[in-house]
Amino acid sequence: MKQFVSILAVLLIAGTAYAATEGEYDLPHNDVGDTDSLQRGARYFVNYCLGCHSAEYVRYSRVAEDLGIPEDQLVENLMFTGEQPFDTMTNSMQPEDADRWFGVVPPDMSLLARSRGTDYIYSFLRGFYASPDRPTGVDNTVLPGTAMPHVLWELQGVPNAIFTTDAAGNEHFEQFERGVPGQLSAEEFDGVVRDIVNFLDYISEPMQLERQALGIRVIAFLLVFLVLAYLLKKEIWKDVK
Amino acid sequence: MSSESRSKDSGLSRRHFLTGATAATAAVGAAAAAIPFVASFKPSARAQALGAPVEVDISSLEPGSLIKVEWRGRAIYVLNRSMTMIERLMGADYDLRDPDSADSEQPGFAVNLYRSLRPELLVVEGVCTHLGCAPVERFEVAPADLGPDWTGGFFCPCHGSMFDLSGRVFAGVPAPKNLPVPPYSFVNENTLLIGAEAGSA
Amino acid sequence: MATRQSEVVERVGRNFNALTDWIDARFPMTKLIKEHATEYYASKNFNVWYGFGVLATVVLVMQIVTGIFLTMNYKPASADAFASVEYIMRDVEWGWLIRYLHSTGASAFFIVVYLHMFRGLLYGSYKKPRELVWLIGMVIYLCLMGEAFFGYLLPWGNMSYWGAQVIVSLFGAVPVIGEGIAEWLRGDFYISDITLNRFFAFHVIAVPLMLVLLVAVHIMALHEVGSNNPDGIEIKEHKDANGKPIDGVAFHPYHTSKDLVIILVFFIIFAAVVFFAPEMGGYFLEHANFEPANSLVTPEHIAPVWYFTPFYSILKAVPDKLLGVVLMGSSVMLPVFLPWLDRCRVKSIRYRSGVYKFALFAFAVSFIVLGYIGLQPPTPEYTLMARLFASVYFAFFLLMPFYTANEKTKPVPTRVTK
Repeated sequence: MKQFVSILAVLLIAGTAYAATEGEYDLPHNDVGDTDSLQRGARYFVNYCLGCHSAEYVRYSRVAEDLGIPEDQLVENLMFTGEQPFDTMTNSMQPEDADRWFGVVPPDMSLLARSRGTDYIYSFLRGFYASPDRPTGVDNTVLPGTAMPHVLWELQGVPNAIFTTDAAGNEHFEQFERGVPGQLSAEEFDGVVRDIVNFLDYISEPMQLERQALGIRVIAFLLVFLVLAYLLKKEIWKDVK
Repeated sequence: MSSESRSKDSGLSRRHFLTGATAATAAVGAAAAAIPFVASFKPSARAQALGAPVEVDISSLEPGSLIKVEWRGRAIYVLNRSMTMIERLMGADYDLRDPDSADSEQPGFAVNLYRSLRPELLVVEGVCTHLGCAPVERFEVAPADLGPDWTGGFFCPCHGSMFDLSGRVFAGVPAPKNLPVPPYSFVNENTLLIGAEAGSA
Repeated sequence: MATRQSEVVERVGRNFNALTDWIDARFPMTKLIKEHATEYYASKNFNVWYGFGVLATVVLVMQIVTGIFLTMNYKPASADAFASVEYIMRDVEWGWLIRYLHSTGASAFFIVVYLHMFRGLLYGSYKKPRELVWLIGMVIYLCLMGEAFFGYLLPWGNMSYWGAQVIVSLFGAVPVIGEGIAEWLRGDFYISDITLNRFFAFHVIAVPLMLVLLVAVHIMALHEVGSNNPDGIEIKEHKDANGKPIDGVAFHPYHTSKDLVIILVFFIIFAAVVFFAPEMGGYFLEHANFEPANSLVTPEHIAPVWYFTPFYSILKAVPDKLLGVVLMGSSVMLPVFLPWLDRCRVKSIRYRSGVYKFALFAFAVSFIVLGYIGLQPPTPEYTLMARLFASVYFAFFLLMPFYTANEKTKPVPTRVTK
């Protein structure tokens, strides 16, 4: 029995340890249990992202229910283009038009936090810097050459980036420095991005809190069951000499 | 009773108890595990979204005319009854199976002569209570095929069930109940909302 | 009062017996229960390694049940498949749980089956008279690999797409007709809607039917010869006056009560994954699979799911397409020949030589290391390591007739020990 438990425990630990060791990007330290942050994130998402990026698997009504937003506030603050509450978060941009305007179709956001990771989005949104040669006037340290404009520039401003060139002639990003100032301080802006990332994390798996809450109850039940089954096994095996 | 057989007895009852307790726990576990599977058969969020209340603009619905609207895969008949139709209803002297809508399906507000919120506006499901065919609107008086007593209503082409201008079923036809009235309400003077009673949506 | 109660009990009992007799006259119910449960004797000294067989059965049942319910909402068409999975995850009530049970179950199936097979290596369960049990087991394992492969395409994520692309391309390594075979398997010139549709048919009907049938045959064959035990001795050789093996205990209630404990421990660990780490850090559900299939963009880092990676490393380690495919295929098939490669007559590791213990240990290590390397991006260091451990893997099987020929074994007891 001990062997059995330890084998599987090692597998479990190995899996989670692997997940925690990827350190390429800054961690957002967001909390999908923080409803206030999610409500703010939902508002930022609708205002800044939804114009180009859909979340085609996410229903407004589900968001409202999970985030504790009453229907009148939902319609007033999150739904601008006459959708019904049960509609999914789509926009009216045609993929062909998007392709013509940006050169790419802006990806759907429903699952971005699961496919790319919250750390990636957090770093990407904080990775824009001034690059006057590009059509959008900005570039990004996480995704160089991105077609996405710096949508949050009013809030953040537009920083400059300092690069160093190594012996082989390759450029390496060194650090940001103050450029065009924005409405928010650096900490406040990180908070805004954290809220957006938090919302994206939530919509990527809306049932994640429910899942964990249920898990505790299921495992508690199984433990009780296990105690009984173990006692029964002991009792029955008393016969065996 | 010797001490040995007594301990054997208590061992047996302990075993019975543990077997019973384990079996009961297993049964509880199995029942709980069945819940997600059974519940997954319920209408999904998408089905509920598609089955959400439907708004109907009735501003251009002339007295005496009928429109058919689809809600949850069912035809909903919306009839703007003219004054003559209402008079015919009030003067009805034909035999009805359920004249007071006591055994039929409708929201509480529709248990009256008009079976509706507004006396002139009839909203019923176009589904015959016999076997689910769609009754046809026959608003003329005393046509050849329906007899001299016919004062207008709905006629089911499948098995000849007849309903009056309130969707009430005639006596002596196969259909057992009046045409069902779906839940509905008015968003404003000219907009009907099928699928939700006032205050529930 | 008491007499009335006992009367009722008696009457119920009489009716129950009458029903049993009625059935038994028409179907061997009681006989089957006796043969496979109440009078099937298995050694009393089973350790936890002997629990993985029943766990594999439990997981099979779970996969079938959750699979049926997934099928009710899944759409096997390239335009709808990805969205239908998200529909299950979000719109179907409890759909997320059913899906996670199924996706975690796939990995659990392989963990359990690999440990079940390793138990066979530890205690010589493939040796006479259980060769056929082992062979049927190997066919089950191959079916399981097919089942996992077909199923992996169904979510129509980008890893699904490219995983299928790579594995089908393996057939392209066959000289002359290879490309034709690959095309025939896909039914198209690339992994398309047509491929998805037929993989769906294989995943939900063809292979599961085979699996259920083969598992039944596996158990029938096992119950014919009797279960092995950690001492690797035949308990049937020592019977009491009633003809029952002295060292055996009835499968029911002894082994069933023990198995229930094992199943519950397994469920607890399984639930921990399903409810707290369903992606398992990207091993059970890969990040790239949360993006829909895209025939123009390969995911940055493409590797099969973990349960295929030991063999995949062997493929990667060979600098020749055809030879790589052949060696990978051989590495999967070699265990089939174990009953004839192993020439030692002692079954259990407990009484075998240090040489065999070392060989088995080296094999286990090589399997795990190859599995790990298969998940990593290719680098020269990893390729070198993969070649080294692939050699160990093959040596374990191919040299077995030599190092097991004259093994210095310990005396085997006549009766089972603790």
